[in-house]
Formats: sequence, structure tokens, C-alpha cells
Amino acid sequence: MVMTIDKAEVTSPSDREVLVRRSFKAPRALVYRAYTEPALLQRWLLGPPGWAMPVCEMDVRVGGRYRWRWQSDDGQSEFGFTGTFREVESLSRLVHTEAYDPGTLGDGYPGSEALVTITFTEAGGVTTVTSLIDFGSKAARDAAVATGMTDGMEQSYQLLDRLLAE
Amino acid sequence: MRQITSDRLDATFLALADPTRRAILARLASGEATVTELAEPFAMSQPAVSKHLKVLERAGLISVGQDAQRRPRRLEGKPLAEVSAWLEQYRVAWEASFERLDGLLAELQQHAPPRSRRRRHGAPRQKRG
Repeated sequence: MVMTIDKAEVTSPSDREVLVRRSFKAPRALVYRAYTEPALLQRWLLGPPGWAMPVCEMDVRVGGRYRWRWQSDDGQSEFGFTGTFREVESLSRLVHTEAYDPGTLGDGYPGSEALVTITFTEAGGVTTVTSLIDFGSKAARDAAVATGMTDGMEQSYQLLDRLLAE
Repeated sequence: MRQITSDRLDATFLALADPTRRAILARLASGEATVTELAEPFAMSQPAVSKHLKVLERAGLISVGQDAQRRPRRLEGKPLAEVSAWLEQYRVAWEASFERLDGLLAELQQHAPPRSRRRRHGAPRQKRG
């Protein structure tokens, strides 16, 4: 088993929400930068291997917009998110809307908008980032989480193996 | 996959939150076993193991076999497969990004302690007032 003390924790606090929590061995100011500066975001916010983030525009202020777009390395697939910042408390809290653009994936839950609340806290040199994603409805949440499950059950059995091997 | 109730998922996640229970599931993945057999490798009392088994049973992750004497436990893969396919995939996708962020943060801390020298990555200009 790989020793990682800071594995992401994903829970579902309610029918319409998902909470992602992760700790990083870095000061809060640096983690905040990694979450708000396009050049840094483009280096890490990529999901599974095989995807790049060619578009990352951030206007981090209340009412400012952001636009993220990912493209598969083979250039065949793309999708994105857009939204507006509702709250910006430098270094500690970001609230933004999040509309999913399925691009070529043809999946998801069209027309819905999630509200994402990100908090940054630091203790003893470790920064914990909590993202609460409120999808607005159970149907939208389930669709969002299920997005990308193109390999269906085969993939879930691989995950089952991985989970049991932990 | 979208019809799974959140109650079911909550029970499954609670059951999976404990390393002993995950180890019990791993053991049952290789075949059914009695409470006694399950208690052996864990250096735990049978009542302690039984408690874990109850949590797993409530989550539908295991069931009790037909043999009334031995009451063997067996793995029920469906809820685990459902939950792993559901939130676990989501988690895995996030974790892949977070591991890259770990590397990036380490690199930034190593190479750029004095922030003023890293103009290139300066904070995004925020309009105020």
C-alpha cells in the first residue's frame, strides 16, 4: 500500500451535494495561488491521465467569470466548465457557480448549474481544502458523478479490485 | 446506476470507512468464511469481529450463507461495485489531479521561496472598489 497521508476524501453530505476534502503539505497562500492562477491550475487540474487543459481563464473577483476547457490528448474529446465568482475572500474562501459544458462527451445533466464553495484552512504547515459542490438537485448530482462512466461495469470491477487491495 | 439511493450509499461508505472492515471484505473476496475464520488473522475477539460484520451486513456488502451450523459470511459485490463506480471514480479523478498538485506545490516551495522574484506567477490582479 502506498503511504499517502493526504488522500482525497469524497463524501455525500446530502442528496444534492458532494464534498471533496484534501490536505496538502504547503502553506495556504501557495495552495490558494494554485487554485486561482491559470498558469498553475493548468498544471494540475487535469483529472485522469490523457487530458490537458488548453483553456483556463480566471477573473477572480465577485462577479468575475472563469472558463475551463479540457481536451483529450488525441484531440477527439473535449468538455468544460464555466461560471461566475460569487464570493472571493482572498486565501480563505471562494464561492462560484459551475455550469458543465459536455462538449463532445454528450453526457451530464444539461442546463443545471452547481454552486461550489471552496475553503482553505492551514494548521501546522498543512493546508486543507474543502470543496462543497451543491448540484441543486439529486438528479443533477447523480448525473455529474456518473459522467465519464463510459466503460460501465468493467471499470467498476477494476475499481472494486483496487478498493479491496487497499 | 443513477437509481441508487443515498441511504444505501451512506451505509456502504460507513462500512468502507474502517480498515478492518475493508480487510474483512478482502478476505471474503477469496471465498466465504465463518466468524471464527475471519477473527483469526485480525487478532480480534469474535464479538468485535461480529460487530464489524453487522455493519457490513447492514450495508448489504455481505450476506450469511445457508449452512445453519457454520453461518459462513460471503461477499455481496453489487453495492461495492455500485459505490465504487459512483463516488470512487469521482474520487480517483480528483486524486489524480491532487497528486499533481502535491508535486507542483513541492516544486514551488523548493524553487521560489521569495515570492517577489516570481512575478510570472504573481497573484491575479483583483480590481478593488
